[in-house]
Amino acid sequence: MALLDITDLNVSFQTNDGTVHAVNDVNLSVKPGETLGMVGESGSGKSQFSFAIMGLLARNGRATGSVRFDGQEILNAPLKTLNRIRAEKIAMIFQDPMTSLNPYMRVSDQMAEVLTLHKGMSKRDAVTESIRMLDAVHIPDARGRVRLYPHEFSGGMRQRVMIAMALLCRPQLLIADEPTTALDVTVQAQIMTLLAELQRDLGMAMILITHDLGVVASSCKQVAVMYGGRIRETGPVGPLFASPAHPYTQGLLHAIPRIDHDGDELAVIPGAPPNMTCPPAGCAFEPRCPYAREECANSRPVLEPFAEARSRACFVPLDDVLQYRLPRTPAPQHVTQGGQA
Amino acid sequence: MMIEQAKMQSLADRMVRDDVKGRSPWADARKRFFRNKAAIVGLLLLVLVVLFALLGEFFAVWSNEELDFAVMGQVAQMGAPSIENGHYFGTDDLGRDLFSRTVQGTQISLMVGVVGAAIAMIVGTLYGAAAGFIGGRVDQFMMRLVDILMSIPYMFVLILMLVMFGRSIGMLFLGIGMISWLEMSRIVRGQTLSLKNREFIEAARATGVPGWKIITRHIVPNLLGVVAVYATLLVPLMILTESFISFLGLGIQEPLTSLGALISEGADTITYGTIWQLAFPLFFFVITLFAFFFIGDGLRDALDPKDR
Amino acid sequence: MLAYVLRRLAVAIPTLLLLIVISYILMHFAPGGPFSKDREVPAAVLANLNAKYGLDDPLWKQIWDYLYGIVVHFDFGPSFVYPDLTVNQLIAKGFPVTLTYGILSFLLAVLVGVILGVTAAIWHNSWLDYLAVGISIGAQVLPNFVMAPILLLIFTLWYRLLPGGGWSFSDPTFWIMPVIALATSYMASITRITRSSMLEVLGSNHIRTARAKGMPERRVILRHALKPAMLPVISYLGPVFVSMITGSVVIDMFFSTGGIGKSFVDSALNRDYAVMMGVTILLGTLTILFNLLVDILYVWIDPKIRY
Repeated sequence: MALLDITDLNVSFQTNDGTVHAVNDVNLSVKPGETLGMVGESGSGKSQFSFAIMGLLARNGRATGSVRFDGQEILNAPLKTLNRIRAEKIAMIFQDPMTSLNPYMRVSDQMAEVLTLHKGMSKRDAVTESIRMLDAVHIPDARGRVRLYPHEFSGGMRQRVMIAMALLCRPQLLIADEPTTALDVTVQAQIMTLLAELQRDLGMAMILITHDLGVVASSCKQVAVMYGGRIRETGPVGPLFASPAHPYTQGLLHAIPRIDHDGDELAVIPGAPPNMTCPPAGCAFEPRCPYAREECANSRPVLEPFAEARSRACFVPLDDVLQYRLPRTPAPQHVTQGGQA
Repeated sequence: MMIEQAKMQSLADRMVRDDVKGRSPWADARKRFFRNKAAIVGLLLLVLVVLFALLGEFFAVWSNEELDFAVMGQVAQMGAPSIENGHYFGTDDLGRDLFSRTVQGTQISLMVGVVGAAIAMIVGTLYGAAAGFIGGRVDQFMMRLVDILMSIPYMFVLILMLVMFGRSIGMLFLGIGMISWLEMSRIVRGQTLSLKNREFIEAARATGVPGWKIITRHIVPNLLGVVAVYATLLVPLMILTESFISFLGLGIQEPLTSLGALISEGADTITYGTIWQLAFPLFFFVITLFAFFFIGDGLRDALDPKDR
Repeated sequence: MLAYVLRRLAVAIPTLLLLIVISYILMHFAPGGPFSKDREVPAAVLANLNAKYGLDDPLWKQIWDYLYGIVVHFDFGPSFVYPDLTVNQLIAKGFPVTLTYGILSFLLAVLVGVILGVTAAIWHNSWLDYLAVGISIGAQVLPNFVMAPILLLIFTLWYRLLPGGGWSFSDPTFWIMPVIALATSYMASITRITRSSMLEVLGSNHIRTARAKGMPERRVILRHALKPAMLPVISYLGPVFVSMITGSVVIDMFFSTGGIGKSFVDSALNRDYAVMMGVTILLGTLTILFNLLVDILYVWIDPKIRY
């Protein structure tokens, strides 16, 4: 029995330039305690996907489909229902820890209000519990620093505060939206280790949204690759990395610099992500795909299982993709450079 | 009415940012501006007001100084707006044609607004650019001076000056222009500071281009967006300020008149039932302010769109 | 914090002294003043002035005496026009009136402006929002000198509900029109600022976090959004204060309320420089103190500001 069941999720935004289709026909499920990695370039719709689950879309956003948590429908649920689920059952941490914490409130107040509201604790107990949680995320001298404001912490420490705040109610699912993107590389590793450690201790499931395949490889069991608002390939992390079955996944993997490979050239995926205002009639990846054929431009491939626990959405025969090696192009400075949609 | 400094700052930041990307902010702005209905209405209103001010004289039957002895003394009964006797807007309490006077008042108010805004714009831009460009102690001193000047109730000082040195139109221009450059100089300074360290400025400096030339050739053109929006929004503020002073009887003197002076007369005679004396000047006053306000707002939104 | 206040005072006090000195010098050299030869000054006034400043003394001594009188005794000296009155007496008569309707207008503008602005932002793009924006755009072109005659026309001449002028501390019907006339355009500006700043805050990341924490919308707005949304409003309060003081001149003129604005305009028309300067300096002091207060409030709200 899955903890989170997402069927036919669609997210669109009304803007001055027309309707933007950010997420299209996403089907996914997350089992208790499991970690799902969600990978894609910036602008691929992965953040909006996570906001939609929590009911946090901007005012001009609309979500359709179904999101069931523990059997309960939570998509477009009334705010009252959602507020009992947020933080208590599903918690979320965000990309930029500086702006995601309230800069005008002391950390103690920001954390304590979660407990006073959801658990009915007294302010005093709530602060004590908050300090315990800050200890758990390895913030030195938590008791002394709990009364500080967010800007008095360093970037990595702020993200730890954010994590501690999210985990106060021991949620069953944590959605981490690019939790390490805004941080230094060394700090990134610490935060990922911390998340893994906490996940094991609390036994919670996690959806890890990232564009960093290295992070996914080291911490996830299941992976979903997103492009143009659609899932292109899903599967267990090992087989998916070993033999990517979608040209886009393949491109992503080739674009990672690797120490164990000789040669100083990196593959780039040519072109830029699609404009989501007017999605193409065919496969959104077709203009950038080295295997593109006629049908790719005209009709849209759907996600179909092809091996145990693996699915992909592509018209190109599986063997062609698996056998073909991408031509290596001269190394540019940027890996998978993509403009914001 | 006022200029929202936060929004101006956001615009200033945007101009610098777009400059970094090497994208001309004016290219899309025009399209956006003409898509903005309020801005188009504003532009239309402004054209109408300007046409009224420029061409109104040719339609007037009476000049602005002639006294109509037929209505004098019984303005409340005979001085009402009428097509027959040529007083389209009625007459004032002395029997002067209100249409002609409103045309003249609109001319003067527009002129005061534009000249005042121009003075403020030039002084503010040069002062702010200089402070930001020179930097260091000089900058500190110049900005502290602005802080100090800003904390003085300028209107009282202006009235003090008008009384002491005579109520001439030149003094009025000077006074109005001199008090409104302060906010502008601040934004321009900030803008200059962030432009200063840009490569093309460094290159110019390295090749020995003199300081003043860098300011006029490189920095000022880059400030154009902010300055243009600011100037458009300053015009109605200047008109307001002048009207305020004229309302107190310290501004434009007879036989000249401005919308503010006319409103003041209209307000004084309101108890006699000559409501047209208030209504017509007020109407032109309000639509002029609206016009500039909508245009300035539209211009800013076009250059700094919030919804992407 | 105390150090910050002291540092701000260290700037404010010289500013004030400078204002006084400059006004005095302006007055000294202004044509048509008591110091110029071409003006007949009543003998009694001249005697007063001589006793007070010693008009034959060198300029620096006159300035010093004037400054000394203001700083130590809060004494602005005698009037140039009315031999029996001092500037202090004139100010003492009008100031309570100005203060009463001034404070009421200020509160009205801020409270209504903030409430309208917040409401508009919360129900963005609803009819409530359009109504608030409509009101504020309309009210923006209605400065006090336009509002005053319009109110008079409607409430006194047409409907005869309110007295058309004068002042009474015991009868609030005298207060209504002055307060509304003075407040309207500032209320409009405050509505606009509040709305746009609230909209920006409501779209910010930390508000999304608060919602993700399951905070009820009420708490999100009151506890998380209101404080940062108020910052631009607070920095606008200084200018509002100054403009309202200036606007009080119009109110006093139009409604004959008898505040200090009236003394100011009368003295301007009579060239009674002593009164003009007295009023200017008093209001300058108030302005500077108010700005100081606003800055302290700002620093108190925003923990990120280092002072």
